Amino acid sequence: MTTLDASVPRPAQRPASDRDNYLTHARGFLSWAFTLDHKRIGVMYLVSTLGAFLLGGLLAMLIRTELLTPGPTVIDADTYNNVFTLHGAIMIFLFLIPVIPAALGNFVLPLMLGAKDVAFPRMNLLSYWIYATGGIMLLGVLLTGGLDTGWTFYTPYSTTTNTSVGLATLAVFILGFGNIFTGVNFITTIHKLRLPGQTWSKLPLFIWAQYATSVIQILATPVLGITVLLIFIERVMGVGIFDPNLGGDPVLYQHFFWFYSHPAVYIMVLPAMGVISELISVFSRKPIFGYKAIAGSSLAIAIVGFFVWGHHMFTSGQSNLAGTIFSILTYAVAIPSAIKVFNWVATMYKGNIRLDAPMIYALSFLWLFGIGGLTGLFLGNLGVDLHLHDTYFVVAHFHYVMVGGTLAAFLGALHYWWPKMFGRMYNEPLARICAVLVFLGFNLTFFVQFIAGTKGMPRRYFNYLPEFTVYHQISSAGAFLTGLAFFIILYYLLVSLVRGRPAPANPWGGATLEWQTTSPPHPHNFPEPPVLTGPYEFSALVFDEEVGGYVLRPERAGGAPSGAEGHR
Amino acid sequence: MNWLGRLAAVAAEGAEDIRGGGFWMPQSASTTAPEVDFVFYFILAISAFFFVLIVALTALFVVRYRARPGHSEQDSPTHNTALELTWSIIPSILVLMMFWFGFKAYMDQYNPPANAYEILVEAQKWNWSFQYPNGYIDKDLHVPAGTPVRLVLTSQDVIHSFFVPAFRVKKDVVPGRYNKVWFEATQPGSYVVFCTEYCGTGHSDMLAHVIVHPPGEFEAWLEKAANFLDTLPPAEAGKLLYEQRGCTQCHSVDGSPRVGPTFKGIWGHEVKLRDGSTVPVDEDYLRESIVDPQAKVVDGFDPVMPTYAGRLKDKEITYIIEYLKSLGEEQP
Repeated sequence: MTTLDASVPRPAQRPASDRDNYLTHARGFLSWAFTLDHKRIGVMYLVSTLGAFLLGGLLAMLIRTELLTPGPTVIDADTYNNVFTLHGAIMIFLFLIPVIPAALGNFVLPLMLGAKDVAFPRMNLLSYWIYATGGIMLLGVLLTGGLDTGWTFYTPYSTTTNTSVGLATLAVFILGFGNIFTGVNFITTIHKLRLPGQTWSKLPLFIWAQYATSVIQILATPVLGITVLLIFIERVMGVGIFDPNLGGDPVLYQHFFWFYSHPAVYIMVLPAMGVISELISVFSRKPIFGYKAIAGSSLAIAIVGFFVWGHHMFTSGQSNLAGTIFSILTYAVAIPSAIKVFNWVATMYKGNIRLDAPMIYALSFLWLFGIGGLTGLFLGNLGVDLHLHDTYFVVAHFHYVMVGGTLAAFLGALHYWWPKMFGRMYNEPLARICAVLVFLGFNLTFFVQFIAGTKGMPRRYFNYLPEFTVYHQISSAGAFLTGLAFFIILYYLLVSLVRGRPAPANPWGGATLEWQTTSPPHPHNFPEPPVLTGPYEFSALVFDEEVGGYVLRPERAGGAPSGAEGHR
Repeated sequence: MNWLGRLAAVAAEGAEDIRGGGFWMPQSASTTAPEVDFVFYFILAISAFFFVLIVALTALFVVRYRARPGHSEQDSPTHNTALELTWSIIPSILVLMMFWFGFKAYMDQYNPPANAYEILVEAQKWNWSFQYPNGYIDKDLHVPAGTPVRLVLTSQDVIHSFFVPAFRVKKDVVPGRYNKVWFEATQPGSYVVFCTEYCGTGHSDMLAHVIVHPPGEFEAWLEKAANFLDTLPPAEAGKLLYEQRGCTQCHSVDGSPRVGPTFKGIWGHEVKLRDGSTVPVDEDYLRESIVDPQAKVVDGFDPVMPTYAGRLKDKEITYIIEYLKSLGEEQP
């Protein structure tokens, strides 16, 4: 790691001739496949996770088409069971878990720290290829008998079905290592490679969120690995672990599975919260309100989130004492999330709010994640969950958290960092329209599912009572609208790569360090060391008409190693 | 799959199942349902308040502080301990109240009254069997109104879950365990039972009904229903067994294939097996297929049928065979 000296002066904007960047620095397939550059690995993750999202999304469209009418509409029951299983498994393991940390985090995290790369670049590359291998294996079940267990692999169904559970569990086992490697890399990088003077209280909140996420990834993922390995052992060797016919206990599996999979929800949503902290503050031009509360609540969620898994099992026959403890702890974990939301809203107070596409996504996150979080209060409730468990209320709840939360934050982050990643501006008016379309389509799809759920509509149902038809048809209409919006987004992002206006270094006026390097960044990130500013010290920036973006104020660019107060 | 006919029947019979409720919940027909509904609406009110608060504040800020010529951000504190404590402590108190109400509702649903009437429930892919104290088994759950009923749940194969929306009652049915659940129905009528733990191909068709009899009529129904083997002609009794004991989930009588082969027109013909051999469909073959289903599996079908040895009496097997004979020899 190069020693970076904050006192070296730095020009406000480099001349165009200096624009050697990570995209054009080397060419050819091998220069990507064996790259050690965190930015290129981030882009490879981005392309792969978006591919997974496209596939998972098409499966979602198939689900919603099938559910247009009760009984068979376009596919049969067994195909439907395969489709919803693969939709869930692909979206969770190949998209939601890696998309913000491994795709965007990989790209942005070292830049935010003023670092040249992550701490272990080779391990970073390995994590990508592990992801790719696991992903191909998971998709391999399509050719080897399908997968009809639900993404939860509940035993004894999963140990007795004749679909390709063995391959799928091995794929999940392998994918886990990719997550662990990313987690180890990020924690080490955050500890060791920060810019001199960048203390823990000057870290962007996105970094805090990534740190908390990495802790969960390292501690929880091995449990999932062991659990799916036990399924594999039971299926292949007939050892009785979960199957009661062999002397096992199926509820034990649920404990193991949710011990990982509940924290995994936070693996998916904490980085999203980190993104929102950045977006709200940048587009309001205000330092984040309650920095310490937001940073601390990320860690609180990461820790308490480990002790709430039993709330998935209130109806399973676990002991009443266990259920009671899990319910209390579930309510405890709601508080840090609520604190974050209040802080984000307070950040906007007296700001100068710009409704660019990333901010529209951030606002829709606030509302949708708000609904997702609040409906969790129903499901964490011992009495009410007995009615709502495994109904469409649960389906709607976790889609509000995962899609309304994580996906909205991801889209906001993608638009926010797109100019940095590819050096081009996208079509802003079209992006705003699509952000609103996604918001409307999403609500149309999932809000009615809350109603259907309280009426008793069970999840994972191929067929349903005719009384539920109207809910399903509204939901499907919303899904098609959302799907259409995603294709428009894909279209204008691809167009921007070729025809987009060249992006300035800092189009949005972000005060975090990644905006000080060129767009797209130099292969080594910072040819000249960045000037340390507070992550939310917007007063250090000024809009430069000539550049078309924000630059450091001359007095700060001069490199006076000030205290850089990002927050008071 | 004869899903249209099935849906029509369910629609006619179960139209009341989810109607009659409010915007959110279905009709409520058990003694514990109002308590669950109270907790639901309590949480709903608090959630709605906070959601409206957040939406209103963000909307207000976006309008008031939107970027426009001549407007710029103004300084304001970046934290405020009193404010932050307030918005941490008030929600904490509210969620503790939610927890407490939910805990009470849960315990009321968990502890059955001492005099509860017990019914054994057996789930298997993809049907329910309800066995009454006198030994009679029915595909639907018949209960008297105004009497607490305790169910002992067991599964033959994978995990299922017993859910009656109108009663706000749900419990997983786990193989190798006895899970218990109780309720007291308040309104005579018919209410749907769903399976809510994913169990494969027929999961969404694994429905049953709770038939709540007016007080005093249940005993009479049970006595009459239990005597059908003695009072009905064999083929008719066999038809009832076919419908009640789970055959219908996998075997049609109209020629359409389901998970298993149809029963229509098999009597007296030869049937081709998975190993390529053929076997005549007679009494002995049918009996063997019921008590040892894997012994001779028909070509084109998977060996997935559970054994009925010990679960059907000899007389019942004989009557089912009589029913199959009565379906005629005409091939579909």
